[in-house]
Amino acid sequence: MTDEAVLSVADLTVTIGTRRGAARAVAGVDWSVRAGETLALVGESGSGKSMSVLAATGLAPRAARVTGDVRLLGTDLAALSAARRRRMRGRHVGFVFQDPMTSLNPVLTVGRQIGEASEVHLGLTRRAARARAIEMLELVGIPSAADRVDAYPHQLSGGMRQRAVIAMALVCEPDLLIADEPTTALDVTTQAQIVELVADLQRRLGTAVVWISHDLGVVAGLADTVAVMYGGRIVEQGEVDAVFAEPAHPYTAALLAARPDPDANVTELVTIPGTPPSPLELPEGCAFWPRCSVRGDSRCERELPPLVPVSAGHQVRTFYPRQPTGEDR
Amino acid sequence: MTRFILRRLLQSGIVLLGVTLVVFLLLQLVPGDPVRVALGTRFDPETYEALRSRAGLDQPLPVQYASYVGQALTGDLGVSFRSGRPVTAIVLERLPATLSLAITAVVFALLVAFPLGVLSALRSGSVFDHAARVFSQFGVSVPDFWMGIMGILLFAGVLGWFPPSGYVALTEDPVGWASHVFLPAVTVGLVTASILTRFIRSSVLEVLAEDYVRTAEAKGLPTRVVVVRHVLRNALIPVVTVVAVQLASLLGGVIVIEVLFAWPGVGRLTYDAVQARDYPVLQGAILLVAALFLVVNLLVDLLYARLDPRIRVR
Ligand SMILES: Nc1ncnc2c1ncn2[C@@H]1O[C@H](COP(=O)(O)OP(=O)(O)O)[C@@H](O)[C@H]1O
Ligand code: SF4
Ligand SMILES: [Mg+2]
Repeated sequence: MTDEAVLSVADLTVTIGTRRGAARAVAGVDWSVRAGETLALVGESGSGKSMSVLAATGLAPRAARVTGDVRLLGTDLAALSAARRRRMRGRHVGFVFQDPMTSLNPVLTVGRQIGEASEVHLGLTRRAARARAIEMLELVGIPSAADRVDAYPHQLSGGMRQRAVIAMALVCEPDLLIADEPTTALDVTTQAQIVELVADLQRRLGTAVVWISHDLGVVAGLADTVAVMYGGRIVEQGEVDAVFAEPAHPYTAALLAARPDPDANVTELVTIPGTPPSPLELPEGCAFWPRCSVRGDSRCERELPPLVPVSAGHQVRTFYPRQPTGEDR
Repeated sequence: MTRFILRRLLQSGIVLLGVTLVVFLLLQLVPGDPVRVALGTRFDPETYEALRSRAGLDQPLPVQYASYVGQALTGDLGVSFRSGRPVTAIVLERLPATLSLAITAVVFALLVAFPLGVLSALRSGSVFDHAARVFSQFGVSVPDFWMGIMGILLFAGVLGWFPPSGYVALTEDPVGWASHVFLPAVTVGLVTASILTRFIRSSVLEVLAEDYVRTAEAKGLPTRVVVVRHVLRNALIPVVTVVAVQLASLLGGVIVIEVLFAWPGVGRLTYDAVQARDYPVLQGAILLVAALFLVVNLLVDLLYARLDPRIRVR
């Protein structure tokens, strides 16, 4: 394990041209993830979590303008040709998306879909790629892998499908796994199994992981560092224990308070009043201002608060950081 | 798979029987006495009665129908009122002309529509896309007979590259057939190509927005592989149906085009039979078209089952 980041982004900004104007989906985001480490990106839907990882790896939609510095294994991705960027992504980054049903091609067998990246990036023959796919299916805990390799996605259960997608993402033994809400489309029991599987594989393979989620419970158990996003910006980041123990941003505190208590059998979610801002009309000052319960003075409305350190490696973007209470909430 | 085919064949048989009934009843409602028409100026009461009873027209309707179906099963569709020749032979001899025109037109349409539709979807919003849209708009809004006339004027008249009309059997003289089929096939095919271009474009666009295409891109596959293996394999499944519908409708004969180019196909035959109130021939032509339609449908279903694994479970 080296100290060098597997993937780092600096000042990443994504502006998407739409019919109703330019949507600034991501604004000046910085983060990095090292080998064997897990970075969690959290925040409500629409806060720019997916767009930031897609843009970083060259998968942003055509209408998007991406600026900033992205380094994968020390290589500046912007300096590469599109073809070399594509090869680098396929070889070194694996993706698991939200819904395993729609992220698998319905007319190809799972074996073919798992193996094809190894044909392209590792130069395997089709037959070797099939053998490799069986290996991968075994690795992700799919029973009778030698039969399942020829199954079509619709012939597998939801949990099996997501395991197959994970196998697909790891087939080239990538240095980084990006999991974008990989459990959201699954039932609760399966969710836990998938989380466990990824954690286990990460330990065995030493892969760096970027885990996008709004399940803070999972993030607390899985991640090393966390970046909380709001309105396209990071509003708080740091070691997951420090941030969750002493959230300095009112938004983080509200998210943690809204977390359903797994012991109390409550299905009703406590939510933060109000809605996130539209990326088409972001406020000039603090994006959280309309919903903020602290809301110091008019400066919050007019000025963008800078990202300031709270403690070592823990930063927050607010004019009024919550004071450490000392008690564990 | 065999059971699937058998079941579909049985269903097709039932449909065909239904078609005979509809055709039979429909013709009862048509005004005009066919035997009178057939005799024309040679009318005399004795011949009239003789012809009527030979055609079974003096029997009650259910009896007429039952004997029609019974004979049809043995391949006997009666004789033409006009020429006295067996209907089966008359209809079948028109088949090669219609089949060869329809298939050539669809092949031509695909050769045009496939690259046009796929490329304009892949480059949607580009100049190419707009040009393709103008082309398909032109194709669906210009009447085919007008295009046919223009084709004749330009390629047969001015340039003299192709004969203006007529038919040569493929089996007799392939080159002659090709030069004769070109103009009518292109005329019919342009309309089909316009329809297909639009459909292929929108189908490809739809698939491009699918999550699994993003997955394929995330894997770092070359664009060619993403497009061919992931986009086209899926986008072309619904296209099969549209191609089949187009082909089936051309197999019914394109009357205007067949008349314009003096193409002796089923459409032309139907037209002439209606004019002459030649009921047996008309019935035969409709039955043939229905049978062709069912065959095309069966082939499409089989093709679908091959292309889309989700259908195989049936
Ligand atoms: N293709 C697109 N065109 C226009 N806007 C988009 C597009 N994709 C995402 N956005 C916008 O970018 C913002 C960030 O989206 P996303 O990164 O998907 O959020 P998250 O993953 O945090 O839920 C959202 O406000 C969304 O509306
Ligand atoms: S800057 Fe002001 S409005 Fe924004 S989160 Fe901090 S206190 Fe709330
Ligand atoms: Mg998302």
